[in-house]
Amino acid sequence: MPLQTEHDIVMSRQTVRKLTQELKFSLVDQTKMITAASELSRNTVVYGGGGEMRWSIVANGGRAGLRLAFEDKGPGIPDVDLALTDGWTSGKGMGVGLSGSRRLVNEFDLRTAPGEGTCVTITRWK
Amino acid sequence: MERIPILQMGKCLLVTIQVDLQDQVALRLQDDLSSTIEATGATGVLIDISALEIVDSFIGRMLASISGIARVLDATTVVVGMQPAVAITLVELGLSLEGVRTALNVERGMAMLSLRDGEGDHDLVD
Repeated sequence: MPLQTEHDIVMSRQTVRKLTQELKFSLVDQTKMITAASELSRNTVVYGGGGEMRWSIVANGGRAGLRLAFEDKGPGIPDVDLALTDGWTSGKGMGVGLSGSRRLVNEFDLRTAPGEGTCVTITRWK
Repeated sequence: MERIPILQMGKCLLVTIQVDLQDQVALRLQDDLSSTIEATGATGVLIDISALEIVDSFIGRMLASISGIARVLDATTVVVGMQPAVAITLVELGLSLEGVRTALNVERGMAMLSLRDGEGDHDLVD
């Protein structure tokens, strides 16, 4: 789904809510995944200049999980370690978006290159 | 764009957030509340977020800045009704809503605000 406008951030939350409900995540797990999706969608829209969210249902043995990828073709992140530090912010945020979302999920993968964009992939297992 | 209604009850302003908040709507609420406090001389603001399924860093920042602005305008803000799953997620995300008064429900929130009225200008200690 596209992530171009603020309204798309709301749509991504609703999509993730529906998916986590279908997967029968607990309420706390649903809330964590939706919150992480909200943070990362906003990053894509505000800092990445727009992009998209892709989702897939994944399985590991008997466990089901939800994987989300947020990709943009924006400016990229020059210093990943710095960007993942609590309190660091490039804009007017609180600096918890990236580092905080990482705490809300089981797997977190960040690929970025200056000038080429950013792709954040998160997974939460049931 | 949609707008969150602000109700006045005596010296208190009541806001119930019932929709999945778009960022601009949240910012507008902040502006609307500041001007309403100024126009009415309200001494208390009660924000009911029991219908909110998530509070991400943007909404968290909005709640913190409303509290800050209101304090400067001599009004006390109480945020009530946060769902437990939202509270768990918010803390894990890294937001503690410092400086924001909270209460379990509307009734207790109103009690906190009326206490302030009764005691004049003393700050609330609970």
